[in-house]
Amino acid sequence: MLRYIVRRMFQMVGVMLALSLLLFLWLRSLPGGTVSAMLGERATPESRARLTKALGLDEPLYVQYVRFMGRAFKGEFGTSTAVLPGADAFDIFLKRFPATLELSFFAILLAVLLAIPLGYVAARRRGSAVDNAGIVTSLVGVAVPVFFLAFLLKYLFAIKWGILPASGRQDSLNCTRVTNFFILDGLLTREYDCTWSALKHLILPSLALSSIPFAVIFRITRASVLDVLNEDYVRTAEAKGLANKTIRGRHVLRNALLPVVTTVGLQVGALLAGAVLTERVFNYGGIGDTLAVSFFSRDYSVLQVLILAAAGVFVIVNLLVDISYAVIDPRVRTR
Amino acid sequence: MTNPLKKYGDARKERIDDLAKLAKPRQTAAVGSSVSAGGTGGPGSVGVDDAGTVHEAPGVSLIASAWRRLRRNPVFLTGAFITVSFILLAIFARVIAPHDPAIGYLIDKVRPQSNPVPGPEEGFPLGADNVGRDLLSRLIVGSQQTLIVGVFATVFGLIGGLILGTLAGAFSGWIDSTVMRVVDVMLSIPSLLLALSISALAPSPSQWTLIIAIAVVQVPIFARLLRGTMLQQRSSDHVLAARALGIKRSAIIFRHMLPNALGPVIVQATLVLAVSIIDAAGLSFLGLGNPDDRAPEWGQMLGQSQQFIYDDPQLAFYPAACIIVVALGFTLMGESLREALDPKSRR
Repeated sequence: MLRYIVRRMFQMVGVMLALSLLLFLWLRSLPGGTVSAMLGERATPESRARLTKALGLDEPLYVQYVRFMGRAFKGEFGTSTAVLPGADAFDIFLKRFPATLELSFFAILLAVLLAIPLGYVAARRRGSAVDNAGIVTSLVGVAVPVFFLAFLLKYLFAIKWGILPASGRQDSLNCTRVTNFFILDGLLTREYDCTWSALKHLILPSLALSSIPFAVIFRITRASVLDVLNEDYVRTAEAKGLANKTIRGRHVLRNALLPVVTTVGLQVGALLAGAVLTERVFNYGGIGDTLAVSFFSRDYSVLQVLILAAAGVFVIVNLLVDISYAVIDPRVRTR
Repeated sequence: MTNPLKKYGDARKERIDDLAKLAKPRQTAAVGSSVSAGGTGGPGSVGVDDAGTVHEAPGVSLIASAWRRLRRNPVFLTGAFITVSFILLAIFARVIAPHDPAIGYLIDKVRPQSNPVPGPEEGFPLGADNVGRDLLSRLIVGSQQTLIVGVFATVFGLIGGLILGTLAGAFSGWIDSTVMRVVDVMLSIPSLLLALSISALAPSPSQWTLIIAIAVVQVPIFARLLRGTMLQQRSSDHVLAARALGIKRSAIIFRHMLPNALGPVIVQATLVLAVSIIDAAGLSFLGLGNPDDRAPEWGQMLGQSQQFIYDDPQLAFYPAACIIVVALGFTLMGESLREALDPKSRR
């Protein structure tokens, strides 16, 4: 088991290196490039040349890449030019990442808690009302653009009925910050009104964000349980007279969960796309929001942190999926 | 594991490979029938050569049997109806639309402060947009650009995937592993991030940067899918037979392997069409869409309408409804096609 994990870690490093090289080449091939982005329209040929030299952009590409990696390991990505002018790019990331984590966590939690039981029930009672309702919801869930669903929720619940807040992460309550996870902070400092406020701000965005993972997880769970129910070993278990509870838990669910775990992992990775759109609608102030802003204002320092971090998270999630795979299915470990 | 990149994104890959297995039934069915014919003896002594002629009733091809099930499948029919109406609407859009979508007929009624969006009136059943253009006409003509974005994004993705997938599937060895390494790294970048990065490389956003950004994201999926089905073809009897006959390699690849490997890829393409239209809307919303709105596109209309959403949500609701219905249509059709071609559901 340990060997398996270590091997996966090494592979992870390989992918990250490949991605960092891609990111580096991408940054160098952007229109205008770093110098124009930093100097703006007032650039004179002299100032351009000076900055090019100061940034080391006149050196061979591989030297630049090595230097880039060296700085990346130390967390030095330069200062932001547009998102929060003057602030350190890595600091911006550290401050805003918890927001996205919080949002993604609740969205996935919501999706998993709803989709897996529902998918299971739908498969057990194939063709029932629950089954059909689930299928229709999941089909529509995939067809509705995430940001439109976010807007719809915001329009109905926040603007029209005024039940929930329309934007931001928290009311201005003068809360103490500990971890920048606002819900956790409130609990740690016993400022429960802060937690309550953060929770209320979280409901609509996480609901919108969970629509796609819900749809996908529901369908995979349903299909996978249906597959397993047809297996011989389930019939054998029934014939042996095992208790229904044992059959469901040990034979059906455990085997059916394998593809589900994979899918959940994939959805966590794919969540970033939805997070960019959802955070934008709700002005949530996470890295999704920041990513979009830094793209348009060409704030490359912030952009490279965010892209590396996003790719890193994606790769780590994949690693966790592989490990949980090995925990559920012993056969994987020896493969 | 020798290559550090090999195991990454396995989950996603496995899903694609599962889909690739759909190409198999044709082959396993053929093998199955010859085995059963040989096993049971059949009428007369049967060699493998004439195994296909043993059945007294003519055999049903995979496509024929799939069609027989699809014909009566309400899900497929609904999807096909939506898809066909959408394509017809797109073709005849300019004829159907009551007004020119680019001319602001009601511009006189637009008051930026009090009445930014003119409401419905005679001749303009859905009202106008913020520069006085007829909303209904824009929706109708919008189907055209939406279809163009969807189709071209899918076709470009398909072409890229076909090239990479054919290369990897046709040649084993270093070509295969190099191509698949590239594909794996592409799969390990979150899709929207990839699309954003691609469109940031262009000096200014346009419809074509949008299309290319969406297409690139689809390339690795198509490539992996095609490689999987090509590999199954490579080890099949008819390719072995062709090789034994001394047929040229290129002919084997393009006439014997590729056509037989395309089925799941085409199914995937119908699903990708829906995804492309939705993705186009998302990128437009982020500001990466086509800035030229004389020829409207639904995603672009939806993206641009967000600033009016509180007072005039209809500007967002109509294009959104169109996108949802069309995406649903393509998804329904694609899913039922996939199910019909899947031998498991034939039970």
